[in-house]
Amino acid sequence: MNVPQNLRYNTSHEWVLVDGDTATVGISDHAQEELTDVVFVELPALGKTVDVGDPTAVVESVKAASDIYAPVSGEVVEVNPAVEADPSLVNTDPYGKGWIFKLKIKDAGQLGDLLDAAGYEEMIG
Amino acid sequence: MVPFAGWNMPVQYTSIMDEHAAVRTAAGIFDISHMGQFIVSGPGALAWLNRMLANNVAKLEVGQGQYSFLLNERGGVIDDLIVYRTAEDAFFLVVNASMIDEDFAWMAKHQPEDVAFANESELWAGMAVQGPESAAAFEKVCPGRALPPRNGIARFAVDGVDMVVCRTGYTGEDGFEFFSPAEQGEAWFEKFITAGAKACGLGARDTLRLEMCYPLNGNDLSPDRTPIEGCFGFFVDLEKGDFIGREVLAKQKAEGPAQKLVALEYTDKGAPPRSHYAVLDAAGNVVSELSSGVLSPSTGKGIGMAYVPAGLAKIGTDFFVDVRGRQFPAKVVKKPFYKPAAPKA
Repeated sequence: MNVPQNLRYNTSHEWVLVDGDTATVGISDHAQEELTDVVFVELPALGKTVDVGDPTAVVESVKAASDIYAPVSGEVVEVNPAVEADPSLVNTDPYGKGWIFKLKIKDAGQLGDLLDAAGYEEMIG
Repeated sequence: MVPFAGWNMPVQYTSIMDEHAAVRTAAGIFDISHMGQFIVSGPGALAWLNRMLANNVAKLEVGQGQYSFLLNERGGVIDDLIVYRTAEDAFFLVVNASMIDEDFAWMAKHQPEDVAFANESELWAGMAVQGPESAAAFEKVCPGRALPPRNGIARFAVDGVDMVVCRTGYTGEDGFEFFSPAEQGEAWFEKFITAGAKACGLGARDTLRLEMCYPLNGNDLSPDRTPIEGCFGFFVDLEKGDFIGREVLAKQKAEGPAQKLVALEYTDKGAPPRSHYAVLDAAGNVVSELSSGVLSPSTGKGIGMAYVPAGLAKIGTDFFVDVRGRQFPAKVVKKPFYKPAAPKA
């Protein structure tokens, strides 16, 4: 199972890459494997303001729709049109081309509530 | 694994898409041990089944099977099933897992004295091997044995133990359903896997049957819907004499049903349709909900079925499917959504 060291993780299986005040969000390798074949991704509207824990995007497999939650509060400043066009990127490259949205972080203090790689690995162990 | 009618069953073994593709292009195997088997025999068996079921059992020669419905007094569907004629006065019925007890109780309530009626569901393990290469898998596992013709049933002994094989399925592909004594089920399942069939779960079973517009009881069939509303008139014989529910069906057929089960297909890309999602007419009024829905693995399009007012059931009628507040355009299309390739000669 691939759990990159440089990312933080939400207990609901989102990963977060922090760069300055921007958080890039996707779903973990473990999550994509559990969901299997992603066939649809519903992206949030640009400029939308979300609170930590809000359902922000939807990732759908053949069998089920899964909410993707905001790991921190913020404003949606970018979405990934590539996963809308080719949802399988979430399966094939979950930490790269399969990213889903970027948030402008409102409260950097919330980052401390996320798991580090070791903590996430232990959780999914 | 998910609970299903008292059984724990996998939604998928590896991936619904892969399992679906295996059945459409090669061969897949489904564990159908949960399904029920009833035996009906005796001098009155044919007459009784014809009174209990909507299709005409008298049309069956020995060795043939047919799709049929068990109806309530209102013409509503208790269950859909396949009845096979195994001898002049003997029949093998395969019913839905979740309905075994209810079907059996309903039928037993109407059972005459000259008919023996037994629930053998606990005795049989079952597996459905489906796909263009299923016959080749059968040849490997049972060399020298012949599969029965389409819709047929055959019984044969292996080392003195009775097996039943039926040339039927729930995928639209060529294939067969194989029943062995319960304790031998796992071994036979493994043999078909070794012969090239890919293990498939409930997820692929649902996508495959929906592409064919085969109804799923509990979704597309219900005690409040008749086979006439469901547009399954082909499996109802109103001329064969009286049967439970006949009067309601005959009236509906003469007057035309108020609602019909239609096949809806997205006209563009969209979020996967799923059962219970609202269905809106072209003016945006909610007129129904999907009884089933999925993103078709074969075509990539959103597909589903819904009971809509009969006036809106014509091919080409525009609808919208509401997914979390977004409306995706869909049209009524001819059934089925997918046509399997012609079987190899």
